[in-house]
Amino acid sequence: MIGQNSKVLLGPVDQIPVGQGRCFVVHGREIAVFRSRSGTIFAVENHCPHRGGPLSEGVIGDGKVVCPLHGHKFDFQTGQGSEAGECVAVFKIRQEQGQIILEK
Amino acid sequence: MKNFKQKLVVIGNGTAGARVVEEILKRVPGRFDISMFGAEPYGNYNRILLSNVLNQTQEPQEIFLNPLSWYKENSIHLHAGIKAFKIDRERRVVLGVNVPQGQLPYAHNDDILPKSDIVEESYDHVIIATGSRPFVPPMEGFGAPGTFLFRTIDDCSAIAQYARDCRKAAVIGGGLLGLEAARGLLTHNVEVTVIEAAAQLMAAQLDQESGQLLRRTMESMGLRVLTGTKTAKIHSRDGQISSLSFADGTTLETDMVIVSAGIRPITEVAQNSRIAVNKGIVCDDQMRTSDADIFVLGECAEHRGKLYGLVDPIWEQARVLADVITEKNPQATYTGSKTGTKLKVMGVELLSLGEKEQGQPSDEVVTYREPNRAIYKKLIIRDDRIYGAILLGDTQGGDLLMQMFLNEERLPSKRSELFFGSVKNAILINVADLPDNAQICNCNGVCKKEITDAILDANCKTVAAVGKKTKAGKGCGSCRGLIAQLIESCLGEVTYDPSEHFYVPGIPLEKSQLVAEVKSRGLKSVSAVFQELAGGKEDPDSKVGLASLLKTIWPKEYVDERDARFINDRVHANIQKDGTFSVVPRIYGGVTSPEELMRIAQAAMKYKVKMVKITGGQRIDLLGVRKEDLPSIWKDLGMPSGHAYTKAFRTCKSCVGTDFCRYGVGDSIALAQKIERRFQGIESPHKMKLATAGCPRNCSEAYVKDIGAVAIEGGQWEIYVGGAAGSSVRKGDLLCTVNSHDDVLKYIGRFIQYYREHAKYLERTYGFAERIGIEILKGILVQDSLGICAQLDERIAEAVEAYRDPWQEAEFPAYPHQFEGPRLIEVLHEAENNG
Repeated sequence: MIGQNSKVLLGPVDQIPVGQGRCFVVHGREIAVFRSRSGTIFAVENHCPHRGGPLSEGVIGDGKVVCPLHGHKFDFQTGQGSEAGECVAVFKIRQEQGQIILEK
Repeated sequence: MKNFKQKLVVIGNGTAGARVVEEILKRVPGRFDISMFGAEPYGNYNRILLSNVLNQTQEPQEIFLNPLSWYKENSIHLHAGIKAFKIDRERRVVLGVNVPQGQLPYAHNDDILPKSDIVEESYDHVIIATGSRPFVPPMEGFGAPGTFLFRTIDDCSAIAQYARDCRKAAVIGGGLLGLEAARGLLTHNVEVTVIEAAAQLMAAQLDQESGQLLRRTMESMGLRVLTGTKTAKIHSRDGQISSLSFADGTTLETDMVIVSAGIRPITEVAQNSRIAVNKGIVCDDQMRTSDADIFVLGECAEHRGKLYGLVDPIWEQARVLADVITEKNPQATYTGSKTGTKLKVMGVELLSLGEKEQGQPSDEVVTYREPNRAIYKKLIIRDDRIYGAILLGDTQGGDLLMQMFLNEERLPSKRSELFFGSVKNAILINVADLPDNAQICNCNGVCKKEITDAILDANCKTVAAVGKKTKAGKGCGSCRGLIAQLIESCLGEVTYDPSEHFYVPGIPLEKSQLVAEVKSRGLKSVSAVFQELAGGKEDPDSKVGLASLLKTIWPKEYVDERDARFINDRVHANIQKDGTFSVVPRIYGGVTSPEELMRIAQAAMKYKVKMVKITGGQRIDLLGVRKEDLPSIWKDLGMPSGHAYTKAFRTCKSCVGTDFCRYGVGDSIALAQKIERRFQGIESPHKMKLATAGCPRNCSEAYVKDIGAVAIEGGQWEIYVGGAAGSSVRKGDLLCTVNSHDDVLKYIGRFIQYYREHAKYLERTYGFAERIGIEILKGILVQDSLGICAQLDERIAEAVEAYRDPWQEAEFPAYPHQFEGPRLIEVLHEAENNG
């Protein structure tokens, strides 16, 4: 896991296409990082709790990602899913001088 | 200024008088100095709804068409309660007199020169619209307290008032108004008997059989009916009505009598002014009386020997009169009206058009009877057009029959469809196909153009909004279905629950509105649509649908933001449950070659695909390919994308056709390949799977495809649309039969483009074809009823031209990192800022 108070540099923000997501594997854990059209970045666990769909491949908008397999939605801020009882882990993430920094 | 205006005096303030003034104001507001004489002390009202006032479901003020404020706003001087009795043609003045309290506004006035105060109004033009008065058959005793006519609001209130103290009421007259009066009285808890001199009820609208049927229905509602009965005398005792005696000597006890036995034109003002009067006031095709400055219209007018007692002819007359008098169109002519009535008699629906009985032996008569439900339908057809029709008890489809009758349209050869619609419940003609001047609301005389203008220009999305704007649907209400259809044809759907019909959930617009907005604002990217139409809120569930739509609207100029695409369309492959992708190269018409098969086999081995599967669409699916391997496997395959991942034209499979099959009658393989080469990759609201069959044995299942072409003997091809063999199974509808491959391509292209432009997002062709109806699709796409075929052909050609094989992105990715997989992060910086 990402250690306590740790930071991970994921590299330049422009490796994520605008409005899309990308999967990063950190300590063996898949994390989906998204870059909204307005430039904000978000990070959630890549694995959809429903059937394991890769959330990084989902369409995003209005602070949510839609899983490409069955359309379940997850909130970037809370990780809360559209279906009862489903939620994903949310990671703290920020940009600094064009670089993505994942925090925990 | 005022002195320069021409003076127009309108005699009569009923439906016709008010209507012609409205028509004139519409053409030349302010040209005339208008005064109106109205014998009733009210503004004009909708007489059709009088029985609702009688049975108290509507308040009198609700049925006013123009309130008193209307006269004020339009600077019309209304002489309310003043009756014009003579036009002094030498002095060019209209003379009027107060209607004495208690005198019926439509009473005969025998004094040509009354003694009381005379109102004078000078004129340049006069319009006579005095209407009609009730006809009272010759009988003794009418006029005594407890006897009534049924004609005006005052009559209604008086009847309702008097009925409170009565147990029994007799209505003389078994026509429409008589039955309406009876209906009104039943709600006052009186026993009602209807007395009709003719052998049946509603003799003007019904034949004998339907008259009998209506009688039984009326009787089952508690009404007593006497037919073939002439009233001879009304008997009173102690100032109260006691009974009626009839010509045959029988009697009937009753406490009150209402006479509603038809109408006669009111012509005295013309007679007093020495203007030609026959049955009514005689007019020419320009609505002029024998005096060229004096016009007439409405129920008091006799045109080509005919009198009209319905509203639609009045609307036509009012338009012509207004055109002539304002000189907007001095050549306008009125040539008479075809009349049809659609109404409810005591809750029983009735439609009656033209003649009631067969006119000559060659007339075709089609009847349908359902005695248990009191339904009777009869059509009299002459020269393939409606000569007469009666629908009683169930008027479903009646609006369309009415339109076909009024427009003299040719009828479908299957007459049953006129009563019941086609097998698939398609409506027979599309109201959208009617000419602009087709009258939709026959009560208020509103034509199609006025309604579509209200819908499109004034943004009226509901039947109620259209009614508010145009008055359409505010008479008897029977045209509300047609108005809904018009809204549907203009906007895609009628708004009931608006959000249900949004094209995508995140933009509060239906497809046609959205398309209109997108076009008018020139929105060429999904983000621009959100910015302009959703306040910048990017609803993720709306992106993909919007992307599809924009590509259809702007085949060349679309700004393709890849984040708005579903993953399949970002990487041109179908995502599988494990996150890998399937790769289906295009195999035109299902015909491949040993060389292609070898490349496919080598690629499958090289990329260790997990499964090689022959698909249902006669292609080969390579399953389990990683995203990052997609560009290289495409290059190795050297074949274009088969689009097995997107909402678009997918494939066109075929049977072996004529080359080898001993049954084939058409070259289905060549056709399938042509179809596939032409339409490959064309985006649409949902996927389209096609097939061609070389004979009707249908080995390629063309009948159940979104679009199928089936060869038949004689070198022809049948084109089927809207077939399905997925979760829904449906045989396609035959769109047309054509003679060549080129024609097949033409009609398929048209259908595809129409589907692209008009289907809802994710609506398959089978739902679309059912929703629109095959007859309408034929009309639009084959007969070119809307005149849009050339445009459809042009736009599909544009889309075809804009097609690029997406697998070319193997060489030239659309954006950086398009095909990159998960990135492994070496965690070197972890401790950098610790502590």
